[in-house]
Amino acid sequence: MKSQSSNQPTDTVVHFRGVTYAPPGVNAPIIDALDLEVRRGETLVLLGESGCGKTTTLRLVNRLLEPTAGEVLVEGRDTRAWDAIELRRRTGYVIQDAGLFPHFSVGRNVGLVPVLEGWDEPRVSARVEELLRLVGLDPDKFSSRLPAELSGGQRQRVGVARALAADPPLLLMDEPFGALDPLTRAALQREFVTLQKRLNKTVIFVTHDVREALMLGTRVALMSAGRIVLLDTPGAFLDSEEPHARAYRETLALPEGL
Amino acid sequence: MNFFEFMSRNWREVLGLTGEHLLLVAASTLIAVAVGIPVGLLLTRRASLKRPVLAVANVLQTVPSLALFGFLIPLPLVGGIGARAAVVALVLYALLPVIRNTVTGVEGVDRSVREAAVAMGMTDRQILKQVELPLAAPVILAGVRVATVISVGVATVAAFVGAGGLGMLIYRGLRQNDDKLMLAGAIPAALLALAADAGIGLIESRLRARRRVAVKRNVVARRLAWAALAVVILAGAGFALWLRSGKADVRVGSKDFTESVILAEIYAQGLEARGLKVERRYELGGNLAHDALVAGEVDVYPEYTGTSLMSILKRPPSTDARAVYELVKSDYASRFDVEVGPPLGFEDTFAVLVRSTDARRLNLKNISDLTPHAPRMRAGFGQDFMSRPDGYEGFARAYGLQFQGRPREMDLSLSYRALAEGQVDVIAGNSTDGMIATLGLTQLEDDRHYFPPYEAVLLLRRDALERLAPAREVLQRLAGSISTEEMRRLNYEVDGNKRPAAEVVREWRKTKGL
Repeated sequence: MKSQSSNQPTDTVVHFRGVTYAPPGVNAPIIDALDLEVRRGETLVLLGESGCGKTTTLRLVNRLLEPTAGEVLVEGRDTRAWDAIELRRRTGYVIQDAGLFPHFSVGRNVGLVPVLEGWDEPRVSARVEELLRLVGLDPDKFSSRLPAELSGGQRQRVGVARALAADPPLLLMDEPFGALDPLTRAALQREFVTLQKRLNKTVIFVTHDVREALMLGTRVALMSAGRIVLLDTPGAFLDSEEPHARAYRETLALPEGL
Repeated sequence: MNFFEFMSRNWREVLGLTGEHLLLVAASTLIAVAVGIPVGLLLTRRASLKRPVLAVANVLQTVPSLALFGFLIPLPLVGGIGARAAVVALVLYALLPVIRNTVTGVEGVDRSVREAAVAMGMTDRQILKQVELPLAAPVILAGVRVATVISVGVATVAAFVGAGGLGMLIYRGLRQNDDKLMLAGAIPAALLALAADAGIGLIESRLRARRRVAVKRNVVARRLAWAALAVVILAGAGFALWLRSGKADVRVGSKDFTESVILAEIYAQGLEARGLKVERRYELGGNLAHDALVAGEVDVYPEYTGTSLMSILKRPPSTDARAVYELVKSDYASRFDVEVGPPLGFEDTFAVLVRSTDARRLNLKNISDLTPHAPRMRAGFGQDFMSRPDGYEGFARAYGLQFQGRPREMDLSLSYRALAEGQVDVIAGNSTDGMIATLGLTQLEDDRHYFPPYEAVLLLRRDALERLAPAREVLQRLAGSISTEEMRRLNYEVDGNKRPAAEVVREWRKTKGL
């Protein structure tokens, strides 16, 4: 296979090569000839306004979508060559409203992938307990509750715990804190930084919030109309003269004038 | 006798029919669920099938239930008459709500939940079983609830195809103009519908509640309970079906009016007196009795030569009784392998009736005496008379009758009442109707011989005649044994005095020394 024979640096976890994606029957592509390398252990933030293609980019990684042209390599292998189920089980996924199963208890939600992977009961419950503690929820108190009995922030913590359950090397997060109130969001962002230092996962993080991008990202990929217009560290982002980056920077400056 | 006395005397029958009704509904709902949910799930997976399948289910639902039963009769395996055909029809009606709610329920699962399930690496089967089905369960159950309530209603029509149930009481009540009978059928049916609605509604709301608050549940015990319930219902239904299809020697059918039931009962009791086991499949509506006879679902039923000639054989009307009988006899033998028994002795033809007071005042004896008075008279005719080839149109032409306005179309039994109460002035009743004498009505002579002969006969399948020696013997003994006056009296005993046909027939057989 061409993708495996080429000179892949071992520290590239996800590699987009000339990826175009257009939904069936639509001519204008959502993703347009995108090239991107995500390195092991980094948190790559996809920043951009609504409709710029950042969520689509994310969904191409765990093969919720398949590229119209080009290829997406995960661990050096084309996503289409992966068994989709296997690929998804080793890729954690967190979405905005957590997407918890409303009829599953918190514990069952978190233990879902381990159970699918066939872990035995004691190992699953030990793992659920460990993860709930990790995201700051008391297992005795929360394990048997239903999602409807939690606050938004608690639900999001459970969503993160669920994504981490089978210890996936790669984590995809689609505006995970977007629907939370500012205080809860700030708390979760801080905890994410701490957590990420401990776990050292490869993370692709989608957001439209420039502060969040600068705070969490190892690198920030600024997207516009299906392309990456800037890819750099947060520091470089702040110095960039790229027009989109400047526009974002100006939103940061606004409060000073008030 | 008021309603409560009636119930206290007949509660056993009402209870038995309620049981039959319940089994029909339970069996058909279970089958509809077993078929409808998988079909609904398939539709959520194959979008291209969704429109056509839902369209078919929709169309099925709009077919009038009696017509559906009619279509089913000649079909092998699923059709025929009795509980099996009724269950098939009920299933067809119950399918739509089950399928539609399954589709709606599954498609209604929150997008983010479904996406999360896919992204977690669940297989399609796991998503279906662990996520979509449990989340869609309340909506699916709501569909089952609707299906059940519909079935309770439609099952009353099952009486037409001899499947029993509470419809028997309702139709008997309608025919005999007896409110008590109708209520005895309608009230338990309504209670069943309410109970089914409330019962399933309770399960539904518990399912919905479970989504909001964690409930401790014993999965094993619950599954056992459901399984036990299913086994009980299935066993009950199976038992009832087995009972109905029991080993009767001969199956006697009748059409859905009193006289037909009485004639069928006369023959049935004659067979029983000779030691045969008889299964009764009475009160078959429309042409179901004929269809059932041809399909071998019944062996015998009473018919009238004129009806056979025109409605079944589609031949033009004729006024020669002898010729009609011979023609029907030879046609039935060659076309259906059915023997037409000897005439029973009376004709049940259309009787053009006026109030006796009018007859005296206007000096009416023959129908042709009516012609000059017709423009000042209002007519009320049954639907049957208005539409049949030997009915109103030819009748009016033959006698040059022009009534005041267009004749009112009304239920036959109601037309008697309307005539007696002066709301109409002319009706076309049945010559053997017991109400003719009791309501003070006069039958006008068919002096131009418009109406074809309607001699009462029994129609028997040839194979039954060959199989059962007493069948022909009983048939011969009944030849010419019932006069028009006797038939009127027997009809009146059942319709007017509200007595069970079996009892009236038993008495008549005694007086006849049969």
